[in-house]
Order: sequence, then C-alpha cells, then structure tokens
Amino acid sequence: MSAAAETRPILTLTGLTAHIAGQQVVEDVSFTVPATGITALLGRNGVGKTSTIKAIIGLIDRTGAVELDGVRIEKEPTFKIIRSGVGYVPEDREVFSKLTVAENLRLAERDAAPRRQLVEELFPDLLARSAQMAGTLSGGQQQMVSLARALLNTNKILLVDEPTKGLAPKIVAEVAETLAEAARSVPILLVEQNLHVVRQLAGGAVVLSGGRVVHTGSALEFLDDAELTQRHLGVSADPGPSGETAGKTGLEPARKGAAL
Amino acid sequence: MSTVVLLLFTGLGLGALYFLVAAGLSLIYGLMGVLNFAHGAFLTLGAFTGWEIARRTGSDNWWTFLLSLLVGAAAGAAFAAFTEFVLIRRLYQRHIEQVLITVGLSLAAVALFDGIWGTDPVFIQGPAWFKETTEILGARVPNDRFVCIIAAVLVLLAMVFFLKNTRYGMIIRAGVENRSMVTALGIDVRKAFTLVFTIGGAAAGLGGVLASHYFGYVSPMLGGSLLIFAFIVTVIGGLGSLTGAAIAAVAVAVLQQFANFYLGGTGDFVVVLALALVLLFRPSGLLGRTS
Repeated sequence: MSAAAETRPILTLTGLTAHIAGQQVVEDVSFTVPATGITALLGRNGVGKTSTIKAIIGLIDRTGAVELDGVRIEKEPTFKIIRSGVGYVPEDREVFSKLTVAENLRLAERDAAPRRQLVEELFPDLLARSAQMAGTLSGGQQQMVSLARALLNTNKILLVDEPTKGLAPKIVAEVAETLAEAARSVPILLVEQNLHVVRQLAGGAVVLSGGRVVHTGSALEFLDDAELTQRHLGVSADPGPSGETAGKTGLEPARKGAAL
Repeated sequence: MSTVVLLLFTGLGLGALYFLVAAGLSLIYGLMGVLNFAHGAFLTLGAFTGWEIARRTGSDNWWTFLLSLLVGAAAGAAFAAFTEFVLIRRLYQRHIEQVLITVGLSLAAVALFDGIWGTDPVFIQGPAWFKETTEILGARVPNDRFVCIIAAVLVLLAMVFFLKNTRYGMIIRAGVENRSMVTALGIDVRKAFTLVFTIGGAAAGLGGVLASHYFGYVSPMLGGSLLIFAFIVTVIGGLGSLTGAAIAAVAVAVLQQFANFYLGGTGDFVVVLALALVLLFRPSGLLGRTS
C-alpha cells in the first residue's frame, strides 16, 4: 500500500445517527478509521458502540454518510456493503448453531478464491471439528468460527464487536493474537470492553458517550489518562506491562480486572 | 383391527396433504417471518390446473395424472413466486400489511376461481387403480391414500436433500436461524425468499392435485379448508422446521381421524385442543426454535 493510501482513512462516518424501534441509539457520530492498524471504539455499556457498528453496515436504520475507501455506501443494502469489502464479527458470535462448522465457513465464502489455508493455519482446531454442529462448540470455539468467517475473504476493513466477551483468559489471549495477526493485512475497528486487550492491540481510540463521540486520539494516551478513562468509561484503566506499545503482536494473556 | 388400520392409512393420506401445505408455510414463516394466508390459493390453483389437464387429456391414465401433478406444481410455484416478487417483497418486516395483503389475495383468488370454474365443486377421476382398494390386515385401504403418502414422502426427501446439500439450502437453513446474520455475510437473502416461496407454492400445487383425488373433487374453497389445518400443523411442528411439520402433519391427521370415528365426530375439536396444549406447554412447537 502506498503512503498516500495509508494516510487516507479507510472508513469515514459523518453525522451518523441510528435508531432501533424508533429509539435513537447513535447521535450525530463522526469519526474516521485509518487504513492500517486497529482502532478501538470505546465507551460504557449502552452508549451505542454495537449500534454504531451495525449502523455502518446497515443492519439498523440510520442517516448520515458512511464512506468506505472513498466510496459512499450508506444507500447500499447490507449484503452489498459486505461484498464491497467489509468483514463483520458480531457481538455474541452469532454462529449458525444448526449448521456444521464447515457449513458456517462455506456460507461466508464470497471471494472466488477464499483464504481457506489461512483460516486452517490460524484455527487448526476448527478443521478437526468441521463436521460438528456449531451450536455444540464452546464460546471460544464459536468465536474462532466467527473470526474465521470474516478472515476467509479479502476485506478493506474488519468490524469486530466484543470478540473477547465471556471468554476465559487463555482464549482471550488467543483471540487477541489472532486479531493482531489479522491487523497486519487489514485495518480493524474494534469494540472491546477488555482494556488490557485494547492496550495491547489498538493504535487509535474513538470514545462514545451518550451516543456521541466524546474523544478521539491515541488509545494508549487515552488509557493512560486516569481522569479521561474515569469520566468516559467509569473505571481507571490498569497500566499495561512496561514497554508495551500499541499494535504489538507478542501478546500475553489478558489480566483479570482489566474489563470494564 | 381393520378399522384401526383403515383410520391409520386414511389419517396418513390426509397427513400427507397437510404436510404438502404446511411444509411451505413453515419454511416461509421460518425464513421470512411471513404468515402467508394466501398459501391455500396456491393449492387451489394447482388443483384446478391439474383438473384442467385431466379434463382435456383424459383423466383415467397414469400419464395424465403425472402430467397434472407437474402442471399443478408448476402453477402453484408460479403463483407463489409472483406473490412474493410483486406483493410481499415490499412488505418485509411489516407484518400487519403482510397479513392484510395475503388475506386479501386469498379472498380475491377464491373470487377469481369462482369466476373461472364456478362455485360448485367439479368432480375428478384418476386412474382406475385409485378407486380400487388394497387389503392390509383385514382393512380395505383406498389406493389413492398410498399415492398421497408416497408423494409426500418423496417431497419431504427432496426438500431435505435440497436443504442439506445445496448452497441455497444452506442459506435457507441459516436464514431460518438468523436472517440478519446471513445478510451480514454478504448474501442477498431476497433470492432465498423468492426460492422458498416458489418451493412452498410447488408443494402446495402438488398437494392440490393430490387433494382433488383424495376428496374426489375440486372447489374454490379447497385450499382454504386445508390451510386452517396446515396452520395448526405448522404451529404444532414448530415454525421453520420441516421435520416438525412432517411429524405434526401425521399426528394431527391421524388424531383427527380417530377422534372423528371414536369420539363422535369431534376430530376438529380435538385437533384445536392439541394446538392449545402445545401453545400452553411448548409454545415453540415440537421441533421449533426456542426464543
């Protein structure tokens, strides 16, 4: 990717407002996501992080402008937005429980040459469980299926919503490692409650409060500012291990107590 | 013993007809959330077109019968595809409007059939073998029951094969479970909607031709009378479950036949009672999704 392309944002939201059942859940949100690395979308529970992700791909009613790689997409139906190069990893995995692992993955293949080998290398366990019903997998394994579905295709951006929610610390570390690996080739907008994972992975941060953007900037600088994290997240983020830098891929298991 | 066997096979034959209607209803509701009150009209159109084929080409041979099955299924499929594409597609997620338009379509279709074929039943004859009986454990079972049962089993197997072994089948199974996530994988689920309507219409059209031989006549109200029980079957079987629809169709029809014979013609009442019990104690149906 050229330097110019790298500096241009891959995703630009302008005045995004979203509603669920007539209730406004996102209000006039504007921010950009750079074309490299991981950008964290942070905020307390219920501030509209998941709704923002869903509004980007049109899963809920919204107004405002959404620009993907310089192209307006807000008028397109969800399936076309996804086909234009968006990988979506939903909150709570949303695997198809009555389909096998292999079927879940086949269903997600939209490229002529899906990256099956990459997925097999990243998630060897899924290969062994390909004939198993996805509904019988553990939470961590289901998250792997959910991530694998997004990684099968070549995307311009990944939208990843709370990938470590409800997972054991060891699995959290594995998920974080996978995301770090993925971020080498595709930018990620990450909703994540586990601040230790955010500290390990994210370069930038966008913070929502009351459905609006209240802070944008470096993720580490935000997490290191106790007053800001207390005000916008309601907690003081644990300082990361010394020497940690955003985007670092040599990950350690996430620590207890880091979650919001 | 012979009475029990006869009731059982008559119930299985009727259950086959219920299944052919309920299978489409169940998949349509499971995938799209549409309660299709016009589904009976697909069946009636299939029955009338099948009757037209029989009338024009001679009704007493097997080739005519097989041709009428094909044409009846095609007519049901075409009517269903038209309904989805022209009327329902604009109304997804608007459930009140869906109910209004499908109820309106069912009423309009009956009026149309009245206008074309008249309000009186038209009687039909199939191959001579249909009127003969086969003795099983002392019971003389009308042969047309076996035709209905075999046809329904073949349709069930074909649908299961399609759902399990094709990409669109996979999309439909996934869509029944979580439609928005299918869309979020970049799949145009609207094509699956049209396909499910078409398959459901074909099964109903096929059921219409078989129903006309089972009852011996076709009338504009034929679809509506079977649709009521097909809805009961769909709810008892579990919305969106093909296997559930098959099990419930047999259970409802057999229960209905036995109650009619042994409980003084209370078959319809017993079936509604069974529906109430299922709704009370297992609202998701025998094999339906739990919320």
